[in-house]
Amino acid sequence: MYLRLLLIASLVLSPWSALAADDGYGYPIPGSYEATILGTPAALMPEITEKMRLRQLVLEVIPGRHKPPVFFYDEGLRCSFAYQKQKAPLVFLIAGAGANDQSAKLLSMMRALFQAGFHVITLPSPTHANFIISASKSGIPGDLTEDSADLYHAMEVAWKRVQGDIEVSSFHLGGYSLGAAQAAFVAKLDEERRVFNFGKVLMVNPPVSLYGSATRIEELLKQIPGGPKKEGIFFNKMLSKFSAFYHAGNFVAINDDFLYAIYSERLFSREETAGLIGLTYRINLAGMIFASDVMTNSGYVVPKNRVLRSTDPLSDYFQVSTHLSFFDYFNEYFYPYMQTRRPGLTKEALIASLSLKSIEGYLKSSAKFGVMTNENDFILSKAELDYLRQIFGERAKVYPRGGHLGNLEYRDNMAYMVSFFKEQGVRP
Amino acid sequence: MTTVTGYHACRIALALALMLSLTGCAAIRSNTLAEVRPRHSVSEFKDQRFAEVADPWEAFNRSMYRFNFYLDKYFFLPVVTGYEFVTPDFVEDRISGVFNNLSEVRNLTNSLFQLKGVESATTLGRFLTNSTLGLGGMFDPATRFGLARQNQDFGKTLGYWGAESGPYLVLPIFGPSSVRDTSGLAVDYSISYGLYTGVDPFGSSSNSFAWDAGVTALGTVDARHQQSFRYYESGYPFEYNMVRFLYHEQRKIEIGKPKVEE
Repeated sequence: MYLRLLLIASLVLSPWSALAADDGYGYPIPGSYEATILGTPAALMPEITEKMRLRQLVLEVIPGRHKPPVFFYDEGLRCSFAYQKQKAPLVFLIAGAGANDQSAKLLSMMRALFQAGFHVITLPSPTHANFIISASKSGIPGDLTEDSADLYHAMEVAWKRVQGDIEVSSFHLGGYSLGAAQAAFVAKLDEERRVFNFGKVLMVNPPVSLYGSATRIEELLKQIPGGPKKEGIFFNKMLSKFSAFYHAGNFVAINDDFLYAIYSERLFSREETAGLIGLTYRINLAGMIFASDVMTNSGYVVPKNRVLRSTDPLSDYFQVSTHLSFFDYFNEYFYPYMQTRRPGLTKEALIASLSLKSIEGYLKSSAKFGVMTNENDFILSKAELDYLRQIFGERAKVYPRGGHLGNLEYRDNMAYMVSFFKEQGVRP
Repeated sequence: MTTVTGYHACRIALALALMLSLTGCAAIRSNTLAEVRPRHSVSEFKDQRFAEVADPWEAFNRSMYRFNFYLDKYFFLPVVTGYEFVTPDFVEDRISGVFNNLSEVRNLTNSLFQLKGVESATTLGRFLTNSTLGLGGMFDPATRFGLARQNQDFGKTLGYWGAESGPYLVLPIFGPSSVRDTSGLAVDYSISYGLYTGVDPFGSSSNSFAWDAGVTALGTVDARHQQSFRYYESGYPFEYNMVRFLYHEQRKIEIGKPKVEE
């Protein structure tokens, strides 16, 4: 959550006037970058009608896993579990890149489904440090097939943990962003393993090609003065702007009114807004790179064989990891690892395997899939959006705006998600 | 928030934490393999550092951060969970209201110290309204009347009059702070201690000690109940850096030094 405090956070606003274009869709923020950062104003989220019965699961997914002292606080994979007292369907939800089981978006999805009568278990993204430390066999995230196998195993462990406490009528699966692509691969694996026999699978704002989407996000940082290598200067400049704006206005705290004012007064230009999204992504990526490097002792950003202790300063690693791009990770770290796994693997073949297109036949053939995305989601090219429409036809719901995930928590979107799972889901 | 017993508890905790950190230092690195220079190191990046805060006592602070994590895990959180389990939400909110209302005294003294007239009047208005109409703070009609809460403390007062924050400091129990804000905390506690003994609300009852202790304990539990932050909960490997940065920056912005820094 704090990763987004920059100006982000989840807004609890009321002063949203009817900005909406006349297309019958009430989500108010037209710009894709703004929508992505601001998300959905609280007043436009579904009503909270009851308190969730919520438990956090801490799972030993890989027994006897060695954890370096610097990760002493990691006691196992953390999943959140909301449960009904009566028999109900269970939905597994996978977080997007860099997010944990308690990300605001996952919690909103979880709440909506819980209120509609489902059990829900949320899982961190395989790119989140907790997953890398506690649930990733290789400790090197990025491969859809391997990560999905890890996810599947984690789901089995989670299910084993709660099996005795709840009654389940059927299993379903969902994920957003990177988690959506992983959901497709997990569903495919389930066709062989048959542990869950997922009934319905919802992909929210999925990438088509991971490499393509990552490239598009990296592009956002190229718009800042001096490019990504000067992101520190950019960050500090944005921060000064932020403070100056606060001091100039009559604000009493860094609260929702203040954040709303930043938006309505257009404090940040379009390029700067894009840069801030790119920066948030880099901050997440840094956590992944560092955690993976420590777990595998690869000598990528931390000296090989150095055993970091819980009190060691990490600022230098933070500085280094945030300055590495997705391409650095891919070319210098991930691809060489994948070559050891699959000798002879070319870069092109690897990139092609990290795409929904690689399982196109399966996605087309199965009626269980649904897609929810937006016309202006910047992680997709126009061609990729068309591809989703073509593959999923009526099962692809494309909203006119919302950027990347900005409208996910909007009432209509939440209602669509619930009805998707209900179609063959909840029995009264 | 808490009162004097909390402060004593804090001193004991500090002593414990110091011991803990010393034993931490005594541990010897067990690796025997030679270190190899990593592929990327900090010297190759010619860029400003971001999210950087002066932290000369980082090793101490990090062990305190860890100490708070364990203190939460084995003491505070089980107590708070128990409290939340037995207390209906409605009652919890009323209790929070009462303690928040009491802390308006701290807000008031400090906005007075900063000679902020309008803000002092607003806070005084809040305190009077909520103490009476709001039934001792159980409800908050003042906010509905347009009297917004304005959090103040002596750390902010010091900052307002030009004191620099000094190095970052993680306190036991209280968490992220700075040298300036720690002195501020001590002053705020002394003032509220003075006020409580001066007013002596339970002095006439024969078991005032039990009352004081009970109120203090409840206040402490309520404070933890209202604070949703959990150490290491984000799981982000650089959480310590981010928390340090956000604490520092938020204080700096909210103190709102009039003079321009560059």
